[in-house]
Amino acid sequence: MTTLDSPPVTAASKIFNFPRNAWYVAAWDHEVTAKQPLARTVADRPLALWRNSDGRAVALADACWHRLAPLSKGKVLGDEIQCPYHGLRYNSAGRCTGMPAQETINPSAIVPSYPVVERYRYVWVWVGDPDLADPDTVPDMQQMDSPEWAGDGETIYAPCNYQLLLDNLMDLTHEEFVHSSSIGQDELSEAEFEVSHDDRHVTVTRWMRDIDAPPFWLKNMRDRFPGFDGKVDRWQIIHFEAPSTIRIDVGVAKAGTGAPEGDRSQGVNGFVMNTITPETARTSHYFWAFMRNYRLDSQTITTQLRQGVHGVFGEDEEMLAAQQQAIDANPDHEFYSLNIDAGGMWVRRILDRMLQAEGLPAAAAK
Amino acid sequence: MAVNTQTWWQKGRVAECDELAEGVRRIVLCPDRPVHAAPGTHVDLRLDLDGHARKRSYSVVRSEDGGRRLTLGVQLAPTSRGGSRHMHGLEVGDVVEMTGPVQSFPLGVGADRYVLVAGGIGITALVAMAETLRRRGADYTLVLAGRSRRVMAYLDHLVDTHGDRVRVFVDDEDVRLDVESLVGEVAGSPAATRTEMYMCGPIRLMDAIRRAWAAHDLPEPNLRFETFGSSGAWAAEDFVVHLPQLDRSVHVSRDSSMLDALEDAGVEVMWDCRKGECGICQVKVLDVSGRIDHRDVFLSQQQKEAYASLCLCVARAARGDSESGSADPAAVTLHLP
Ligand code: FES
Ligand code: FES
Ligand SMILES: [Fe+2]
Repeated sequence: MTTLDSPPVTAASKIFNFPRNAWYVAAWDHEVTAKQPLARTVADRPLALWRNSDGRAVALADACWHRLAPLSKGKVLGDEIQCPYHGLRYNSAGRCTGMPAQETINPSAIVPSYPVVERYRYVWVWVGDPDLADPDTVPDMQQMDSPEWAGDGETIYAPCNYQLLLDNLMDLTHEEFVHSSSIGQDELSEAEFEVSHDDRHVTVTRWMRDIDAPPFWLKNMRDRFPGFDGKVDRWQIIHFEAPSTIRIDVGVAKAGTGAPEGDRSQGVNGFVMNTITPETARTSHYFWAFMRNYRLDSQTITTQLRQGVHGVFGEDEEMLAAQQQAIDANPDHEFYSLNIDAGGMWVRRILDRMLQAEGLPAAAAK
Repeated sequence: MAVNTQTWWQKGRVAECDELAEGVRRIVLCPDRPVHAAPGTHVDLRLDLDGHARKRSYSVVRSEDGGRRLTLGVQLAPTSRGGSRHMHGLEVGDVVEMTGPVQSFPLGVGADRYVLVAGGIGITALVAMAETLRRRGADYTLVLAGRSRRVMAYLDHLVDTHGDRVRVFVDDEDVRLDVESLVGEVAGSPAATRTEMYMCGPIRLMDAIRRAWAAHDLPEPNLRFETFGSSGAWAAEDFVVHLPQLDRSVHVSRDSSMLDALEDAGVEVMWDCRKGECGICQVKVLDVSGRIDHRDVFLSQQQKEAYASLCLCVARAARGDSESGSADPAAVTLHLP
């Protein structure tokens, strides 16, 4: 419904709505246990996540059928979860299996159970129409558990609309300003970039040739090529997959050794793995990891890279929180776009189509 | 499976109505605030029956155009409590008070096998489920049981659509549903514990299935059912409720429920679901002359047989097969909380 004070709905909406017919990461696989349920909200749906006795992860609505007490505060008992309030028990399909105070079970006693898939070290859930939940459409994050890649990551709880995170990752020119001490450099904004897309993917490619490596990359080069000094060719290839997974193929190679043409043997290559789960219209769970394909056995490098990226993302987090605050403080101001936003705008167009297919408006409710 | 238990009242306009089968009317309602009705949902209607506002629930057979058109199938009950007679009197253009779709019978995903069992008009709760299972490519069987083909709504349509997944049992053709063999077959199959059965129909059929299900030790949560508490072991008849506490007796006519009759007589009673599920309206039975026709799914079989309590919203007293020469109506004596 349109009311007088609702902003015009455009793909550049500041508070972007999220599709529900999609796989979102609810948790890292190790966060979901048979010991106790985990409470997490995905796309406005509060969930209780747990593992039943055969190790399968389960996602139930986090509200008991009886009086809506949160099941996440209850107990996991083998294949069932018990409500902490009056002891009703549910199986992994959300069906009530026991009511302590009576001999029968009310036939309507059930809580929603959401489809779950475990893949790439994550537990993915589908909070939309369960009939459409096809595990083959889980976004590709294969570097996460491939033997050819090593690395680790963390979760950021971001106080902003998920779209601001996607915008942030689709345009890396901000590195020059936000991350000046680690990965930023002038050439980022100056280098040309290329955008391509289909109806689920957007790719932004940027090459910077014959430049000095910024501190973060110099360190990585020296981990692989001790004593390295000199110019590098640097790349950033951003792969978006709908609705909210972005893998960024990043690296540098000794200048002129053929990296742009495909020979990366004289360089270091990492994948920044990002998948963002809208929690509400103004908060997001941001799961990231940094994976590398050299010195796979070094836990020290894994830890150093995780800490390094943690520091870098801390800078983004601060900017995004501030941006969300400014958006909320300026409800009547529109977003304007620059050339550098092309990738992010393609993302919005793809999401806009998904929202339309679900009959949802592009702009989330205030 | 989204479970929607929110109810709100709105107006619905009757857009179409016609005969589906003998005594069964198809009514298409266009609600003011359309919401798609998922399989297993029903709508509640507030009907004015003889000056009393009464709530009646009807399954949504079909939801079209995002819930802009909701199809109900209503059987004229020979011993109607008034609701079905009222519904059969509706005409195109009439406006009714209705809720949005309420979900208390959701269809699950991921079972290896589904068996849908409809007794008579119970099919209205299962048509949309069968359609969804067909679209999903699920392994399912649709069991239709009825007194005679003439009164079985949607029969031809379902046979056309679901082909050899449909099994039809018709009493007057002497092809009767054998509950024991139906449930025994589930229990004997390799997918026994991963088979979900959804049933809707007369309470007698559902009780028989529940007993067989328990006897075969099949997982209780896999047996899903919905009842609107409107059918019993005996036809509804007039009876009397004695309330020694209040020193009065209340007459319950065949087309009223005990709960309605008590409320109309100004007796304060507590209730919630009004369809024999929650047990809130349970009261103690002190004495019975005749039989208790429980009609609820709250009390266990043993509790029902003990005659110690009943659910006011659906239970009735009946002379049943108790052979008494006198024409005295059956009676129950109750202790109110
Ligand atoms: S609220 Fe869960 S058992 Fe009562
Ligand atoms: S009111 Fe729920 S069983 Fe009677
Ligand atoms: Fe950044």
